[in-house]
Amino acid sequence: MKQTKVLMGMPITVEVVDGNVREEDIGKIFKYFAYIDEKFSTYKSESEISKINRGEISAKDFSQDMKTILALSEETKKQTGGYFDISLNGKLDPSGLVKGWAILNASDLLKKSGFKNYYVEAGGDVQVSGKNKDGKLWQVGIKNPFKQNEIVKVAYFGHDEGIATSGTYIRGQHIYNPKSSGQTITDIVSLSVIGPNVYEADRFATAAFAIGKAGINFIESLVGLEGYIIDKDGIATMTSGWKKYTKEINGNR
Amino acid sequence: MPTAINPTPTPASAPTPTPAPAAVAKNPAGQYKDGTYTGSVADAFYGGVQVAAVISGGRLTDVQILQYPTDRGHSAQIGQQAMPILKSEAIASQSANVDIVSGATQDSQAFEQSLQSALSQAM
Repeated sequence: MKQTKVLMGMPITVEVVDGNVREEDIGKIFKYFAYIDEKFSTYKSESEISKINRGEISAKDFSQDMKTILALSEETKKQTGGYFDISLNGKLDPSGLVKGWAILNASDLLKKSGFKNYYVEAGGDVQVSGKNKDGKLWQVGIKNPFKQNEIVKVAYFGHDEGIATSGTYIRGQHIYNPKSSGQTITDIVSLSVIGPNVYEADRFATAAFAIGKAGINFIESLVGLEGYIIDKDGIATMTSGWKKYTKEINGNR
Repeated sequence: MPTAINPTPTPASAPTPTPAPAAVAKNPAGQYKDGTYTGSVADAFYGGVQVAAVISGGRLTDVQILQYPTDRGHSAQIGQQAMPILKSEAIASQSANVDIVSGATQDSQAFEQSLQSALSQAM
């Protein structure tokens, strides 16, 4: 069973392959994303994050989920040398971290319900579990940053892992180059990261993209993460362990 | 109500004061001070991570990885001059029938914030 809904301003798809899945099992997942949206959306004036940004809630009264996200944001900021930060002009916007975290939590909800073969995808970031409906490895295509309806690479998931892609091609360029102030980043257009789960993949993809072309080196330096970066000329560069996700290797499993 | 799960957050510790550059020079734009700014050692998911930001001519010119967990037996540096040799290929459209597609969404705002914050350390 596969369903898609638009929540948090993006399409969210849940597919559960296991035969005993009911509509309400998937409905529960969408309810969770709706809850996340109500709590963390900076576009909703009554969300907890909006109230915090208006100074209406003191730190001791933050919800447990909010405290968790703020702690994870601080941790990620440190791990990325400040390339990942949720604060700007005194306001907090943790949306760069919440998406991957929420997808992982949604995936764990399905696991707790006893499901083994499924995926949860939100806005192009994915957590997979088990096998696809044909009993084969989940196949995730990386979108062509130059042509929206094409893919340029396929990753095969032999384990329960996550993939996230950062890029500039949806909303155009408004990232400036830290090495040349005043200029936007134009050398890379897409950066995909596969990690032990979608939370790890998402936050490090975000930070690595902010670093720029050398972001792939940052991914290379991290244990358990692999990356695939595409530059403006259509040249892709991959980390040394990326090949374990290619068909040639997984085809033998 | 769903509750928070892994990974367990590490309580944030105060950043280590950065060594002051020997000569502090403001760039013409009056923004960033030249020097190398060493970040605190952060408890990463896989071990400790420490980076240094290099500001030259008032601009961020390099981010060096001083310490990080690795299973690959070499040190890495974020910077063009220290690019490890990674495999490259020209992208080509694939006809494969895939289950899911991964692509970017509207994260530009987050990237922008990340970049702003990286530079704020040198202000």
